[in-house]
Amino acid sequence: MKPILEVKNMTMDFGGLRAIDDLNLFINKGEIVALIGPNGAGKTTFFNCITGIYPPTSGDVFINPQGKQERINGLKTNVVTRKGLARTFQNIRIFTSMTVLENVMVGCHAVTKTGVIGAIFRGKATQAEEKFIVEKSYEILKKIGLAKYVDELAINLPYGAQRLLEIARAMATDPFLLLLDEPAAGMNPQETSELDELILKIRDEEGISILLIEHDMKLVMSLSERIYVVDYGKKIGEGAPEEIRNNPMVIKAYLGEEIDA
Amino acid sequence: MLLIESSRGDGLFYCLSPLLLFTVPGIPGQDRQQSRIYMDFDFEYFGLLFLGGLTRGSIYALIALGYTMVYGIIGLINFAHGEIYMIGAFTGLIIASVLTMAGFPTLAVAILAGMAAIVYSCAYGVTMERIAYKPLRNAPRLSALISAIGMSLFLQNYVLLAQTSDFLPFPSLIPDFEFWEPYAHILTSPELVIIITTVVVMILLTLLIQFTKIGKAMRATSQDKMMAALLGINVDRVISVTFIVGSATAAIGGILIASHIGQINFYMGFIAGIKAFVAAVLGGIGSIPGAVLGALVLGWTESFFTGYISSDYEDVFAFLFLVVILIFRPSGILGRSETKKV
Amino acid sequence: MTAKDEIKKSFLASIWFMFLTFPIMVIRVNTVTDTVEWRWYNMALVGIGAFLLSMLWRYLLKRQADGSKKEKTQGPGRVQQLLQKKEFFLPGIILLGCFTLLFPHVFSMYQTNIMISALIYVMLGLGLNIVIGLAGLLDLGYVAFFAVGAYSYALLNFHYGLVFWIALPLGGLLAALFGILLGYPVLRLRGDYLAIVTLGFGEIIRLVLQNWNDFSFGPSGIANIPKPGLPGMDLSLQGSTIFIFYIIVALVIFTIFVINRLENSRIGRAWIAMKDDEIACQAMGINKAKTKLRAFALGAMWAGMGGVVFAAKTTFINPASFTIWESVIILCTVVLGGMGSIAGVMSGALLLILLPEYLRDFGQFRMITFGTVLVLMMVFRPGGMIENVRKTYKFEKK
Repeated sequence: MKPILEVKNMTMDFGGLRAIDDLNLFINKGEIVALIGPNGAGKTTFFNCITGIYPPTSGDVFINPQGKQERINGLKTNVVTRKGLARTFQNIRIFTSMTVLENVMVGCHAVTKTGVIGAIFRGKATQAEEKFIVEKSYEILKKIGLAKYVDELAINLPYGAQRLLEIARAMATDPFLLLLDEPAAGMNPQETSELDELILKIRDEEGISILLIEHDMKLVMSLSERIYVVDYGKKIGEGAPEEIRNNPMVIKAYLGEEIDA
Repeated sequence: MLLIESSRGDGLFYCLSPLLLFTVPGIPGQDRQQSRIYMDFDFEYFGLLFLGGLTRGSIYALIALGYTMVYGIIGLINFAHGEIYMIGAFTGLIIASVLTMAGFPTLAVAILAGMAAIVYSCAYGVTMERIAYKPLRNAPRLSALISAIGMSLFLQNYVLLAQTSDFLPFPSLIPDFEFWEPYAHILTSPELVIIITTVVVMILLTLLIQFTKIGKAMRATSQDKMMAALLGINVDRVISVTFIVGSATAAIGGILIASHIGQINFYMGFIAGIKAFVAAVLGGIGSIPGAVLGALVLGWTESFFTGYISSDYEDVFAFLFLVVILIFRPSGILGRSETKKV
Repeated sequence: MTAKDEIKKSFLASIWFMFLTFPIMVIRVNTVTDTVEWRWYNMALVGIGAFLLSMLWRYLLKRQADGSKKEKTQGPGRVQQLLQKKEFFLPGIILLGCFTLLFPHVFSMYQTNIMISALIYVMLGLGLNIVIGLAGLLDLGYVAFFAVGAYSYALLNFHYGLVFWIALPLGGLLAALFGILLGYPVLRLRGDYLAIVTLGFGEIIRLVLQNWNDFSFGPSGIANIPKPGLPGMDLSLQGSTIFIFYIIVALVIFTIFVINRLENSRIGRAWIAMKDDEIACQAMGINKAKTKLRAFALGAMWAGMGGVVFAAKTTFINPASFTIWESVIILCTVVLGGMGSIAGVMSGALLLILLPEYLRDFGQFRMITFGTVLVLMMVFRPGGMIENVRKTYKFEKK
């Protein structure tokens, strides 16, 4: 089976700064893969390049959800989302004037099509679609565990719940691959272990593959089947969690070199 | 998202693009006294327009500086800034008239009236900020904008009611210099003074911003207000100083233009304000060199379009030019592309 | 703060204002007769007034600061809550309906004309609210679309004899087209750059109308624009005014209906999402460019139709009716009333248009009062009169 996401030789330059350096990565269907590395290693930049926030300076990104390979580098963000790649953001970007339910309803935009005429006349088709959107959004909220907040304004939510809301919203776009950017940031251990279960549930029950950027090593080691390690934009390690744990280059990147006193 | 800073090169291109007009010699003029079709390039006419545009641009620059500085510090489009310029002119006129009638010599009148204009404009600027903008520092941006609009209305009508709706004649405070006589037909003495004054103001302003403590505080506050406060900078004072400096330059502009044109009116701030604001945005709002650059570009564009094509559509061309520039460079010529992390 | 401190502060404020206003308020130069008038009574006025007002000002500000210290999570404001109560809403609407129906018959033609103007502005405000309040695009040149509507009726009627009823939708359509034309170049612009370019567009349209004599008859404008009528109707001046009143009322109701539908639809959610966070909204599959253009077009449409009614009402239009100040006034109705809420925009428009009319008694102090009101409203209620929180979707579990 071809990988559902394949990144070949991606390089990203910002002026004189090389944020990503000849990075290769792939994800198979049903995998949970982690991307780790010290701060500033280029991980979020990587997500941005894949999802079309800005195109990579060079290299290719291929997706292959159903057997037909497609190149997506250079496509706009909204097109990438409609192709089935959804993401969450490192700095929470929920829609602050909307309720929790409405936030997820916006996510359904990618899979619905009512236009201006439908909105004004609100015929049978539009009403059915609206009903579908509401129900689907509520279902997602239930699965994520946010159903109790349904009519609450999104900004009134506690921090951990807001992070979950981002995931709920992304799921509403019906992705085949979910890109999670530091989903556990700022969460306490209880919330983190709930997140662990949630991510597994998303993969097992919804069939969505996961690529996550994380700093919480316990979560990473527990969840991931494979791990990529980057530092200064370059891949410095790749493999199963045990291999990565003992990789001297990885240890050096995070902790620095051992000083022989 | 970390946006890439485009090279300065294309900024330069857009500045020089008005000069593309002159690759097409022989455009017949429509509104000129003598209708001649130019077979070869008329350098004197070009020079006249160039310097005229330079003068215009200088005045716009003096006003635009205030806009851009205030925007850089508190993110507000100070709609009422044009009124500061107008009040400067009025105060200058009033003081000048009183002193002249009291028998003061012209030079003293010019200096004292100028100083009074500057002092009062600064005072109005600071007061305006305290009343209408300070309470709105954390309010939505549009609310501050409406407040500025209200302030603009207020000041216009304040002067209208307290003074008059008539056009008041303004004495020519700038003498015709003898040494400049041979060139006076291309550039009059007042115009020369305007240009030189603007250059001097620019130099002083740059020195202030780059080399003084308050200038450093201003730069810090414009980049991150909260952080500057946390570092011990008195943000209120910095904002007041910004308004003072901006108002001062506007007042200087007001006096100079009033001297040059010879009359003032309570409404003069509105149009000049809009133009200066366009100039500030054109150059990249928040950037001081940008404001001057934008102002000069605007001044030249207006001058050349009026001179070579038609004076009816002068403003239209200015705005169209602005639109074109902003399409290709959305943050203005020298503007900082706002970096936003994703 | 002790009373003595208060007095000292107000005293200093008083001195400051006396100094500040000295040249302009006290001195009046008459260049014709070469005399100077010293109006010392003004200075006394300023001094006392500043003293009292500064006390009031500080008191009000303090009260506002204390009020906001109480932790408030955001939710619908008091007026919104009131409007959402069925017991209040239904009888309120019926009352309003009766009042509206009877209005032109009870009040004079002069009053009716004012109300027609006010309602046109309500329509404009609602349209601009789509652009600014829902989609978050700061458009300072909205009056351009108003002009398009008005001139399209005037010119189509002049050249082709098109009647009001055909011109009305056509005007809206043309304005929407212009909305797209104007929206396209500004797609990449943000915030204040967008504002200044749209302002520029507004001015460009006005200047073109003013100078292109062959097309738009220049500054002299177009006259003899027919009022609307139905076949068989023979209307006196009063009759046609009443007729226009009902037309604009119907249009406003139509506007509210359509905008309400748009707001609570997939389209509306896309706009609000775009306003909240452009990048996140794209991540939801929303096409930013299409959504922006849609906002411009759909917002402009109402201005276009309002313009047609305006032309019919005044029977004469010229470029002077479509200046930047008009855009500013329409903007003020939206912001003052409370962006995003239909009730808010309506009250803002009514306040802003009716207030100067009734301030006519103030005569020359009209505009300065207007400016003062704007500043005060923003300082003490920056969210607008009706709180700036939209009515959110309430989930009903089946």
